This record gives sequence, structure tokens and C-alpha cells, in this order.
Amino acid sequence: MAVEMRKGRYGKFGGQYVPETLMSALIELENAYGEAKADLKFKEELDYYLRDFVGRENPLYFAERLTEKVGGAKIFLKREDLNHTGAHKINNSLGQALLAMRMGKRKIVAETGAGQHGVATATACALFGLECVVFMGKEDIRRQELNVFRMELLGAKVVSVDKGSGTLKDAVNEALRYWVANVEDTHYILGSALGPHPFPEIVRDFQRVIGVETRRQIVEKEGRLPDAVVACIGGGSNAIGMFHPFVEDVGVALYGVEAAGSGVETGLHAAAIADGKEGVLHGAYMYVLQDDDGFIQEAHSISAGLDYPAVGPEHCHLHDIGRVKYEAVTDAGALEGLQLLSRTEGIIPALESAHAIQFAVDLANRMGKDQIVVVCLSGRGDKDMQTVRDVLGGGVE
Amino acid sequence: MKTLEKRIRECNDEGKKAFVPYMMAGDGGLGKLKEKLLFLQEAGVTAIEIGIPFSDPVADGEAIQQAGARALADGVTLRNVLEELERCKGEVTVPLVVMTYLNPVLAFGVPQFVEACKQAGINGLIIPDLPLEESVPLRNELRETDIAWIPLVSLTSPDERIARIAESAEGFLYAVTVNGITGARNDFREDIYSHLQRVKRICTVPVLAGFGISTPTQVREMGNHTDGVIVGSAIVEAFHRDELEKIRELVKASVVKVEIVN
Repeated sequence: MAVEMRKGRYGKFGGQYVPETLMSALIELENAYGEAKADLKFKEELDYYLRDFVGRENPLYFAERLTEKVGGAKIFLKREDLNHTGAHKINNSLGQALLAMRMGKRKIVAETGAGQHGVATATACALFGLECVVFMGKEDIRRQELNVFRMELLGAKVVSVDKGSGTLKDAVNEALRYWVANVEDTHYILGSALGPHPFPEIVRDFQRVIGVETRRQIVEKEGRLPDAVVACIGGGSNAIGMFHPFVEDVGVALYGVEAAGSGVETGLHAAAIADGKEGVLHGAYMYVLQDDDGFIQEAHSISAGLDYPAVGPEHCHLHDIGRVKYEAVTDAGALEGLQLLSRTEGIIPALESAHAIQFAVDLANRMGKDQIVVVCLSGRGDKDMQTVRDVLGGGVE
Repeated sequence: MKTLEKRIRECNDEGKKAFVPYMMAGDGGLGKLKEKLLFLQEAGVTAIEIGIPFSDPVADGEAIQQAGARALADGVTLRNVLEELERCKGEVTVPLVVMTYLNPVLAFGVPQFVEACKQAGINGLIIPDLPLEESVPLRNELRETDIAWIPLVSLTSPDERIARIAESAEGFLYAVTVNGITGARNDFREDIYSHLQRVKRICTVPVLAGFGISTPTQVREMGNHTDGVIVGSAIVEAFHRDELEKIRELVKASVVKVEIVN
């Protein structure tokens, strides 16, 4: 379809492909966000919570033992795992919760895959006294049982979704259905850089703090910008937040790492840029895993947070113009990265982030010792211990 | 004026309300499609909305989701439904409206899809996830055809937006009667009738109400304030359970002459 250029487009990607019932809410959100952006008080309030509640700024850590072990470029880790609630998701949840309150909405709905966005949103809702409903796929509930308990402890209602593959895509479907039915008093806190305009822009802007801090920190430490920046991609929120402040820096290579599951060639993966076709899912025109008839395919990844059959519209555009290179790491590769970082640095990364670690290790190995690679360590691995133990076996020797 | 609008106006001119049933194509087997269309035609419906199954039907409730899942499991696609409809031409003379989510259309290719609809004799098109702002390219493809573009307006659409959407409407304007997904409801909002009358005042093409309408009483009441109704989940369920008499009763409820309360 010939697409005319309009707001909310990244090249040909993005847009607002939603039922009419949601259009007024999207227009309201767009206006409210525009006003909030121009309001210094909103920024000050968000900065306050990011500092005193989340614990920002978090460190850019030089992974010295990992660097030695790899024997190539210096590897730095942006420690989003040290945020309150253990991942980058809280940056966006807090921002959107404040935005919801500006719109006079005190009820929140959210979807979650790994549970990190659900926990972050439940946390923001507890902080501000908002009602919170979180939709989560049945399979993800199984994989991330402890996160379900955390959400409930924080006062959220978690609704299990057993349709489809019972993962993130199905949770988004149900969250959208719930939002359509409750749109007049409820805000949907979408957790990734996905969905209809203005969500991809809002999520990106709230996650941009990752890249903005990283850019300043690396210059402080090394006196220059990095040669490469690496982040994992499901929908792409930590990656777009990390990349965006570097997009104009042509000397900085940007790498997004998709989940290759059992291998892109097996068809059992979540690598929508590697293997998807252009299409519409959840309100946006993107690269989507789909069959020849346009039915959406199920994604496969060991990591619940990357288990999504599309990639946010801005990433699709950055791929098309060649500014970001998109690579893919398998389940097995991610497990290797997870173990390597655990043993060399004493940091257990989330399975999502482990995809980025594994790719960065390979990349750094091919680079010179005077070069610098920064990896977004988007979350910590505590939530994944059950999954990892199931695969690796374990117990005391 | 496209055929679909003409037929609805003819129906209204006879003092009747339009009745448009929704059915899920291929639920119960694609081979049964023609039989079902002929049944509805003989029952006296004004037009038939044919739903295409989709993997992620975000506007639909349980009944249509499950019907869609059954059809998908049977290998039903947009392409083979249109092929089957082409074979029904001649016998099925009631106007046919295709309801599909956008992505199967994009995968088909918009011009190829419109051509296939022409071949199959389709008279109208509803795409629930293609709002006004995004619909221009597709509407351009429909301009020289007899396929009517049927947009939806919701309870949340402000008047000026309803006016702009109504301007794009051909055949009829689909007035969604609930905030929510498809499926039977016991109650509607108190202001539903004033909302429908407001939409009717703004809109020059016929206005049909849909979503949640599942009983003969609701058909009569909604019909009182519009030019007709669309009944979906109740028809889908009745076909699934083989309760054809229920369908006849729903159609009959629209045939009774009604006073327009305005």
C-alpha cells in the first residue's frame, strides 16, 4: 500500500491502525504528551522520581575481567539492571503513570511478557495509588511465576491469557480489548516501543535517559564516544532508548540483537527483522513474522521479554536506512552469554540482555584493544533462574 | 450510489429496517459457505457481512474469536474465501460485505485484493483496524468499483470526527453501540439511542447499528433509532449450534414495520 507521510511515521513504518473506539484516546494522549513535554514541571517531577525512587543515574561499568577474557575491545555495561525493580522498564512506567494522572485517569492496564514491565507498572501504580490490571500470557506466567507474585504483592490484578501461544502477543491483544472496553477512564501503559502512534514516541522518549546518560558517562570515562553500542530487541524499548541519542553520531556503530530462538533457519525464533515481512500488528506498520496469508506467526524465544513477532516501527526504519545493524543470537548463545557474564563479572543478566552480551562478546573479540563497545544491560537475571536451571540442570555438585 | 446503499434504501422505503447478519467464513467448513449464504438470503436479510478469520482479532469477543479459530484450523484464508464467493455468484444475489482485519489484505496486496473482490462480486468492505486517517490509499482503490467503503464510528468519536468519517462512508455507516469488543450484551448505555440519533442527523448515508445486538427485542429497539442493524455473535453461535430458527426470528424482528422515533 502506498503510504503517505504523516505524523507518527518512521519512514513508511508506524501509524495508527486501531479500532475507531481508541482513536479519541490516542488523540487525547498525543495532546497530553505534547503539553507534558513542554512543561518543565513534568520533567522535574519525573527526574525526581527517577533519581530518588529508581536510583538513577545508574553506572556505566567497565567490565574489566570480561574484556580481558574476550581479548578485544573494551566492554562497558550500562547498568539498567540496578534500577529499582531490576530493569529499564520502570523508566517508561513512571513517565506514563505521571502522564495518565495529568489526563485525570487513575486506572491503568498493561501487558507484560517477562513480567518486568508488569512489575514496573504495578510499582508505579502502587507509588501513585492507581488501579492496575496486567495481562500476561499463560506460558509466561509459568516461566515467570515470581514476577506474578511480585505484581500481586504490589496490588495489581494479573489476568492470565491462554489464547494463542500464551505469550506477549496474546497479552497485548487482551490488553487492547480491555482498553477498548474501558477507554474512558483507563490509560494503557504500553511497555515497548510498539503500538499505534504516539506510543512508540512516548516509550522512546522515556527510555532515552539510558542513551543520554551513557553518552555523557563514556565521554567522562574515556574522553570519547564508543565505537559500537549493542542492545537486545524484542519490541525494542531499551534499544531505542539507548540508540536514539547516538543516531546522529555516524562514527558509532549501532547493533540491535534479536532473539534467534532455536535458529532463524528453523522458523522457531523471534527475529522479525531477520525473517519478517512488512505488515500491521497491534496498531503499527512494522516487520512482522507472518505467513503468506497475512496471519501472524507465533514467536519463539527462551526469553519471555523478546518473545514477540514484530519489532517497533522506529527500529524497522533504522534498519531500512542502514543506520542500525540488526543481528540475532540463539537461545543457546544467550545462555552462554549469561554464564560468561555471571562468572567473569559477578553479574547475572536477564536472558533478554544476555542476547546482547553474547553478541557484544563476539563483536569485541573482532575489534582492536583500543576500541570501545557499550552494551545495554537492560535487566537482571533473578527472574530467569528457574528457566535457566531447567535448561542447564544444576544443583550442588 | 453503490448497489449496497441502494438496496438498504429500497428496504427502508418499504418501511423495513435493514438487517445485516455477520457470519464467520469457513466456520463449519468452507464447503458450507454457499448453503449458509442461501439460507440467510431466503430468510430475507438485506445484505450479508462475511468475516474473514484472523490470528489476532482484537475487535472481537469470545464467540467470534472461537469461530475464527475453528476456521483458521480448517485452513480458511482471505484468498480461498473470495474464491469460494466467486463460485456463489448467480445464486447468491443479496449484497455481500467482507469484514477483514488489515494485515491479510496487505499480504494479499491491496490492488490484487480489490480485483479479487470485484471478481467475487463483493459490494462492501469493513476493516475494523483501518481508521479514517489510514484508510485513504485503500479508499482510492475502491473509488471506481461497486465496493462500498463502510467505516465505523464509536461512542467515543466526537461530532466533528463523526462528520468526517460519515463523509467517507459508502453503503452505510457502521455505528458501534458499545465501548468494547463484539459479543452479546444485556444492557446498553442509557444514552445509546440519543447517540444513534445524533449520528443519523450528521450522516447522509444509512446508519446501521452493530456490536452486542443479539435478541429480537434489541433488533427492534436499535432499529427504531437507525436504518438497520448488524447482528454478529448471535448469528455465529446459532450457525455453530445449528439453531437456524433463532436466526429466522432475528431477521423477522427487523421486518416488522416500525415507527421512527425522532
